[in-house]
Amino acid sequence: MSEQAITRLGVVGAGTMGTALATLAVGRGLPVVLVDVDDAVLDRARDNVAQQLRLAQLMGRLPRTARAGELVTTTSVDALADADAVIEAVTELPEVKAKVLAEVSAAVRPGTLLVTNTSAIPVDEQADWTARPEELVGIHFMNPPYLIRTVEVIHGPRTGQAARDRTDALLAVLDCEGVVVGDGPGFVINRILQRMINEAARIVEEGRATPEAVDAVFQGCLGHRTGPLATADLIGLDNVVDSLRVLRERTGDLGYEPCDLLVAKVAAGDHGRKTGRGFYEHGEAQS
Amino acid sequence: MTTSTPQHTNSEIEQHVLRFIEQHTKKSWDVDTDLFASGAVSSMFALQLVMALEKTFDISVAGDDLKLDNFRTVTAMVALVRRLRDEDSGE
Repeated sequence: MSEQAITRLGVVGAGTMGTALATLAVGRGLPVVLVDVDDAVLDRARDNVAQQLRLAQLMGRLPRTARAGELVTTTSVDALADADAVIEAVTELPEVKAKVLAEVSAAVRPGTLLVTNTSAIPVDEQADWTARPEELVGIHFMNPPYLIRTVEVIHGPRTGQAARDRTDALLAVLDCEGVVVGDGPGFVINRILQRMINEAARIVEEGRATPEAVDAVFQGCLGHRTGPLATADLIGLDNVVDSLRVLRERTGDLGYEPCDLLVAKVAAGDHGRKTGRGFYEHGEAQS
Repeated sequence: MTTSTPQHTNSEIEQHVLRFIEQHTKKSWDVDTDLFASGAVSSMFALQLVMALEKTFDISVAGDDLKLDNFRTVTAMVALVRRLRDEDSGE
């Protein structure tokens, strides 16, 4: 199959990334079906998409005057039957992704592009959870995707040419720049970034530096726009811990074992910006 | 439904905007300082500014007006509010 236009997108999971991906797509004029198991989460997502659209337009990252794509929210995966591509953006837990990918691949037409927005689980491992492994590709969008154009694209060893072509078509519609990298735990960014966040948190845990000091040296000395702990708060500490566990289990490298401070913050509900507190105080919870 | 909204002088708009920014940044600002170049405020704060101005001055910022340049300085924000208020009242 040659490259085909993407005219309708499905997004599964209306958390931080799923909502922001819906914002990116509707902001580019693409109709979106956003699926989640929780009606209250979907209601909140609708409000957040409206707010994020304005933020992206304010920043000049999405068109200000173009007509936005329609956003449909639903708890039924059957609503994905007409989608040309579906992005899963559910929690970074293998058992959750396995269940969702199986359900989605059963609900969509053959030939529909399936995208995992996983942080760290290898694409080929996830291909086993789908009905048609050749239709699965990995696209690791950054947070927030409506402000950051560049994405990691991961072709698994079984990803077919049609899916690769459709990935290019999807990225074109979304005005994203894809960088193709190899499959494996954490791909490029998270294999490095999650380890860095873990070490930064461990330094704070040991009392060797404050979060402000850790981030200040990365910003001031290395020119990073944000330090690792501010980045962790943006990602969500729950996602960081989940990703570290995925990396630890798949690499055998003890350096990925989430440090006690990260685990304690997640247990206390301090997940970063999304809950209003992580390594920093953020005031109100932010989407 | 017709609602009447109080008229604000440029000085009142300026004082209101300055107060809002200073409450959030805990520092004083010159009306012509670029808020975003300073690194003291985030893009999320920019959206909070938009929403605060809309609510306080009963305006709607949309289309080509929804750009960061309109919110870089207090002076730019006063000009935007003034223009949108005047357009709304047909002046």
